[in-house]
Amino acid sequence: MNLMPPSSPCVRGPRAIPMPACLALGTALLAGSAHAAEPPAAPAAPDVGMLYVFVLATFIGLGVVLRVSRLLHTPLMSLTNAISAIAVVGSIAITGQDHPGFVTVLGGVALFASMTNIVSGFLITDRMLKMFKRPEAGKS
Amino acid sequence: MRQLLVEASSLAAAVLFILSLHWMNHPRTARRGVLGGVSAMALAVVAALLASGIVNWGWIGLAIALGFAVGIPLSWVPLTAVPQRTALSHAFGGLAAGLVGTAKYYLWLTEGPENLTAFRMVAVVAEILLGYLTFTGSLMAAGKLQEVRWIPQRPVTYPLQNASNLGLLTIALICGVLLIFRPVELAVLFPVVIALALAFGVLLIIPIGGADMPTVISLLNAYAGLSAVAMGFVLDNKLLVTAGALDGSSGLILSIIMCRAMNRSFSNVLFGAFGQLQAKAAGGEAKVAKAETAEGAAQVLETASRVVIVPGYGMAVAQAQHRVRELFDQLRKRGADVKFAIHPVAGRMPGHMNVLLAEADIPYDRLVEMEDINLEMPQVDVVLVIGANDVVNPAARHDKGSPIYGMPIIDADKARMCLAIKRTMNPGFAGIENELYFSEHTYMLFGDAKAVVGELVKQLSGTSGMH
Repeated sequence: MNLMPPSSPCVRGPRAIPMPACLALGTALLAGSAHAAEPPAAPAAPDVGMLYVFVLATFIGLGVVLRVSRLLHTPLMSLTNAISAIAVVGSIAITGQDHPGFVTVLGGVALFASMTNIVSGFLITDRMLKMFKRPEAGKS
Repeated sequence: MRQLLVEASSLAAAVLFILSLHWMNHPRTARRGVLGGVSAMALAVVAALLASGIVNWGWIGLAIALGFAVGIPLSWVPLTAVPQRTALSHAFGGLAAGLVGTAKYYLWLTEGPENLTAFRMVAVVAEILLGYLTFTGSLMAAGKLQEVRWIPQRPVTYPLQNASNLGLLTIALICGVLLIFRPVELAVLFPVVIALALAFGVLLIIPIGGADMPTVISLLNAYAGLSAVAMGFVLDNKLLVTAGALDGSSGLILSIIMCRAMNRSFSNVLFGAFGQLQAKAAGGEAKVAKAETAEGAAQVLETASRVVIVPGYGMAVAQAQHRVRELFDQLRKRGADVKFAIHPVAGRMPGHMNVLLAEADIPYDRLVEMEDINLEMPQVDVVLVIGANDVVNPAARHDKGSPIYGMPIIDADKARMCLAIKRTMNPGFAGIENELYFSEHTYMLFGDAKAVVGELVKQLSGTSGMH
């Protein structure tokens, strides 16, 4: 896996955060989330574990996104959009479980909306990325 | 055992999401990013379906099938319509968050008020506020971009607009706070908060004009991500919080880049109502722009050895990118060095021009960012401006009275000669006259971008036989 691609003139990495730092943060985040399989019972105290996940994931997000080539900002937006449609997981739980009818309907609409984002988001991102042609070999 | 599998697969999905964004740092590895994202999503969905307690398989199947039925055609839109599609998908993301928040609240309310802890209520209120305002706001933005007839394209402003918007938001926040402390007794306020959030989303976007769309879409992206984070808090789902935070931070960074590229602040974009500034007309002496014919322009281009093309929204509107590619080929055939100067806010969303030019098969090493191309400008023989306006207006550098003063621009005026393709002499979105057009080195080519570039190509290919 090539974690540090050679920099080229069309790729700008302002204030690039070194990948090791990102990975260290990531490991911390993941270690935290692996342990934190607490029962979902109504928490008496605020669930600080979730806040940790949020804060660390935000830092990772900032670090990773700052390194994204400016060429790819449009596909980046459609990709992150598809990724945040992971809300599908919550919608499935709400739609699928045995709940009153109106809750199932609300969940179903949410599931439809998330699924649309997943399908169209990934497909159009790939369609756009396919168009980015490598520089012509041999010419300047 | 099953629980362990679910946990392990969401952990793997979180890792893959991060790697997926990491691979976007270069066009060479970017498609791997999509693959990573898709596999993560598949893992997470399978895990969610395996989770115990799922009984309504029919509903799930129906919703997923409908999602595919709508999602697949949505991915076929022409690339000029990508900003609308993106805004629409932010709307869907916001809607999903809002609906799940609503469902959860009423579920907890009926199952037993002891479920409605303060922490959960904070998350629910944040989720419905962000979700519903993102939903209507993004729908409005998509409508404006698609030029739907009954949505005004121009910024709509009215007296006390900002005060009433802020008042509305304050009322919504107060209702939300009351709900957090009295979730059962004041349950009647819940629909009120939803209605206010829906209304606020519409009112927030009404005063926004086309040139602000890159910033607004990025902001809505951040809101959609944050609403997914809030949903993760409500559902106690770490994967959701992680993915939402990635989306939110991406939206935040893009918003900051867009704001810097316009030299404006968030609040200025959202509450500035840029459209009103057009009253300040350049009075006094009538300036004259020099018009040039396609023949003349082709002769100039023929002898140029360094050409820079500055594309703008006008190129997208005219769908001229494929003609531009033909022009690029013609000029390259003559040995000219041709580059494209990309302003961060050219077009209607971040990176819009790059995608359009990539569609037309222009190699990405020819697309140069503003800061880099400006260094080379004095050595450039001809700058060809295609449907760009404010991003090449030299007034941004020196005219302190200009609404775009301080905005970084592409220094098209510093090249030896400038050719500008423009439909008419009407000022651009901001209603500001562009000094560039009256400079002594500038020649105007009037007409539709596609037609004019096509004519240039015809002239250039016609003369190539005579040499």
